[in-house]
Amino acid sequence: MAWIDAIATDDVDEEDLIRFDHDGKTYCIYRSPNDEFFCTDGLCTHEQVHLEEGLVMDYEIECPKHNAAFDYRTGEALRAPACVNLNTYPVKVEGDRVLIEI
Amino acid sequence: METRDYSMLGESGRLAVETGLATAEWYHTQVPRKEMKALMQRADGPAIRDTIILFAGMMVFAVIGVALWPSLWSLPFWLAYGVLYGSAMDSRWHECSHGTAFKTRKYNDWLYQVASFCMIRNPVTWRWSHARHHTDTVIVGRDPEIAIMRPPVFFKLIANFFGIFDTIDGIKRMLLNASGRLTDEEATWIPEQEQPKAIRVARIWVVIYATTLALALAMGSILPLMVIGLPRLFGAWHHVMTGLLQHGGLADNVIDHRLNSRTVIMNPVSRFIYWNMNYHVEHHMFPMVPYHRLPELHDAIKHDLPAPNTSIADGFREMWPALRRQLRNENYFVKRDLPESAKPYREDFHVAAIAAE
Repeated sequence: MAWIDAIATDDVDEEDLIRFDHDGKTYCIYRSPNDEFFCTDGLCTHEQVHLEEGLVMDYEIECPKHNAAFDYRTGEALRAPACVNLNTYPVKVEGDRVLIEI
Repeated sequence: METRDYSMLGESGRLAVETGLATAEWYHTQVPRKEMKALMQRADGPAIRDTIILFAGMMVFAVIGVALWPSLWSLPFWLAYGVLYGSAMDSRWHECSHGTAFKTRKYNDWLYQVASFCMIRNPVTWRWSHARHHTDTVIVGRDPEIAIMRPPVFFKLIANFFGIFDTIDGIKRMLLNASGRLTDEEATWIPEQEQPKAIRVARIWVVIYATTLALALAMGSILPLMVIGLPRLFGAWHHVMTGLLQHGGLADNVIDHRLNSRTVIMNPVSRFIYWNMNYHVEHHMFPMVPYHRLPELHDAIKHDLPAPNTSIADGFREMWPALRRQLRNENYFVKRDLPESAKPYREDFHVAAIAAE
């Protein structure tokens, strides 16, 4: 596990997400309505659709294909058709940079 | 001549997996993220308004229908009640299964349960089957919701304007599920941990229908069934009329919704009953957009879509002859023309279907 310099804080709006690819894997980095940052796997656990075009509402991410929903703080699957939780990763902010531990 | 196998466990489904048609990446029009985010925003207001109108309408029509029963004067009120029960509930079932009708999740879930009951569609089973319909839209052997299989069986299509085969299938599945079992096909798309929920709902429904039937027998009248059950038959025509237009006569086994789905401009009454699903290409491309924002989405992406059909009648004029032609050649379909401003089809994926024209 290592801390990776992923994005600038301004790269993503509040209550939105951005895709981040690293070392052959894909992730989503979220900025909450309260200006906190979180990171999960990039693909929905239902059918591996990328979440980058999904809808962020409060602390939930909704998959753009089948509307499965997850709590992006914990990865918990909140709404069918997803039944398996998303993996989450530690995040820290240093200055204007967002780092994720993967 | 090619023969399609629409079973979820058959040869066509196996081939779709082998050739990459199953769970493929689909074409979608590019929309700037900010614009799409705005279109996807949820609200409770429009659906609360529409739901109050819907239930108030049902109550008024049913009360007048009962009051005038058994006079023939009650007939128009039962017909109006039936369309709200047997057709408007289809679109409510659909939109709430996506979770997009309301912002508040429990409102979606409540209306979803009521609408599923009216349509005799198990809310667990059909949530999963509809997810598959969106993953593999009109991919033969993968999509369990293909309304018009090739070659079309016109007798069945016409009978379903009165909900006959759908209702028989719904009742058979309800009784099977209530006995604690699922069909083999249902078991392919419902995860194991969800299956007990499907069985529990079916058992509750059996109790409701049995109570209604017992009341009808005790009264010596079908009146209780006019309120619960029979409207699924005599009110189905509108949702079948609009539903057949969604994909009927268009391409199958392609991964571009502009080829296999149809947008139809409709009158406001039909749009209320159908909850804007006449914008069907748009809905399939962006299922996150709530029904009440689909007209805006249509305006945002119409430069990239085939021209919509101008009315329900116009849609049928295009679809019906194509279905008749499919009786002789099941590979025939209507290939939709894109405007010059549109991005092209992914011909590499479509070549097999187009070559069959």
